[in-house]
Amino acid sequence: MEKFTTLTSRAIPLDIANVDTDQIIPARFLKATDKKGFGDNVFRDWRYNKEGSENVEFTLNQPKYAGNILVAGDNFGCGSSREHAAWALVGYGFKVIVSSFFADIFKGNALNNGLLPLQVSEDFLQHLISEIKADPKVKLRVDLRNQKIRINSSKRFESFEIDAYKKTCMINGYDDIDYLLSKKEMITAFENATSR
Amino acid sequence: MSNKTLFDKVWDAHVVDTIKKGPQVLYIDKHLIHEVTSPQAFNELEARGIPVFRPNQIVATADHNTPTQNQDQPIKDDLSRKQLEQLSTNCEKNNITLYQLGHKYNGIVHVMAPELGFTQPGMTMVCGDSHTSTHGAFGAIAFGIGTSQVAQVFASQCLLLTKPKSLRVNVNGRLKKGVLPKDVILYIISKLGTNSGTGYFCEYAGDVFQNMSMEGRMTVCNMSIEMGARGGMIAPDQTTFNYVKGRAYAPKGKDFEKKVAYWKTLPTDKGATFDKEYTFDAEDIEPMITYGTNPGMGIKISENIPTIKDSSFIKSLEYMNFEAGESLINTQINYVFIGSCTNSRIEDFRVAAQYVKGKQKADNVTAWLVPGSKQVEAQIIAEGLKTIFERAGFELRQPGCSACLAMNDDKIPQGEYCVSTSNRNFEGRQGQGSRTILASPLVAAATAIAGKIVDVTENIETLEFA
Repeated sequence: MEKFTTLTSRAIPLDIANVDTDQIIPARFLKATDKKGFGDNVFRDWRYNKEGSENVEFTLNQPKYAGNILVAGDNFGCGSSREHAAWALVGYGFKVIVSSFFADIFKGNALNNGLLPLQVSEDFLQHLISEIKADPKVKLRVDLRNQKIRINSSKRFESFEIDAYKKTCMINGYDDIDYLLSKKEMITAFENATSR
Repeated sequence: MSNKTLFDKVWDAHVVDTIKKGPQVLYIDKHLIHEVTSPQAFNELEARGIPVFRPNQIVATADHNTPTQNQDQPIKDDLSRKQLEQLSTNCEKNNITLYQLGHKYNGIVHVMAPELGFTQPGMTMVCGDSHTSTHGAFGAIAFGIGTSQVAQVFASQCLLLTKPKSLRVNVNGRLKKGVLPKDVILYIISKLGTNSGTGYFCEYAGDVFQNMSMEGRMTVCNMSIEMGARGGMIAPDQTTFNYVKGRAYAPKGKDFEKKVAYWKTLPTDKGATFDKEYTFDAEDIEPMITYGTNPGMGIKISENIPTIKDSSFIKSLEYMNFEAGESLINTQINYVFIGSCTNSRIEDFRVAAQYVKGKQKADNVTAWLVPGSKQVEAQIIAEGLKTIFERAGFELRQPGCSACLAMNDDKIPQGEYCVSTSNRNFEGRQGQGSRTILASPLVAAATAIAGKIVDVTENIETLEFA
């Protein structure tokens, strides 16, 4: 897993609540047996019209927006547990998703792929979205060590919460398998003690 | 600690270790896998040279990406065929039992596992599928996981998790005639919203759930994830024990009796408290339908769409081509789907068949019936329901997830409405541009007969139900 400490980047606003993982990556693209290529189809049915042309209205297709941070509406990543959604967002180039609320499974999947799900207050989210829309060149600075997200131009910032264990994993690029394998003896002892 | 909840008891019995100020190592009893979310996990293990730790605790089925016609023939779609071949190879290499396409026990993972007695009270169960919450109907802690976590369970039979908060939803009283378990859960989600359960594990309590069959309880727990809850649970009782008894993987004889004695200790203690609790009156629930693009956007079938000034709400109605304030009664419907891990068990088809018997579907309607498993399919035939459906013009297909997520060819065309017994009405869920209206098998059957949405409550007293 790639390490994450800080990121300064422009951001793309996606001002829609309840973005479900079927929108992030539709089911018809889940036939692959590896993790490659999902970025090409992220938000497929919002990015492209039915006949295959680009939907110029959609935020990712607007040339004024760019960057590795997606700033999305409340309850991002709800629905299906498909980790393909995290792979698609990472594949497209996102490193941070900012929202006022994340669905549980998506949040875990993102963290397991070095993609930071950064939860901010509803107020701060609205502020971010309006700042980015007013000036798409505005940059955000995400500092995982100090758990702060800042708008560079206005200096306005907010602190965010993250599980201490997951933070360590993100900063060092560790994943849970390494940790669980180190507990094998304890797991076997648990099995014996509970006669499994 | 006294006064524990059902969830506490099962969770605490599975904690292997606790990281200081961090998550816990939770032991997983049963791991269900399918073709779509497992291949990358197998690849991960292979790349890192890690063996599958406990293959005997894993059961595999092919369901998400399988055709519902001509299952005896090779799959035409290259990618789909390869994905299924990959599952077979991975299971064979790692000594994992696979109920592949065509096997008499094949089916949707959340239908076949309970049928086989693989699902039992007091267990921890996971699957790379968010509707794993279904198995909570047995008083198990069951939840969906991502593929990285599938790899973790392969490697260690454990997961690193932070204990979720507790939520209880009580529904007391008597359900009205024609109100099915699907209506109960759609009602709850419409009241609580799609993220009210996020961060929580939900227990459903009250006489409505006590009086429900296992099939009904599975329908309810299945949709827990649609209000954001990782899982839902119902206390195991005699109904549960009767269902489990005698099934292929269920404990037998004295072992079964011993297990039952333990399972009886699992229900939430009197005086146990929950972080959040809601109570509803069964009498207030009516047959439900959804009008929007998330499962929380539901109304009683006799009600009008609400008017809400919110950009996501407006976008949702635009997608559905509905107007705020209008009624959905008499909306023409050309597609009806009865199936999915929510509503594809024998009871669901019995209810639909009772309504359909002696009637004809409307000419404009294509009605697909997709059983949840080979066993359900066999029951449909044995009970004579197949004849009833076929006489009425319905099409009985072979088991699988089918048009619930439309990974296979079972897609609803662009712009068409589908009254569906599945669990998600997200944009394009049933095919690009398709518009899903979630409902119970009864409402779905009535829609197929009328060719439009009808108020089933109007003539409900004249209907005969078991």
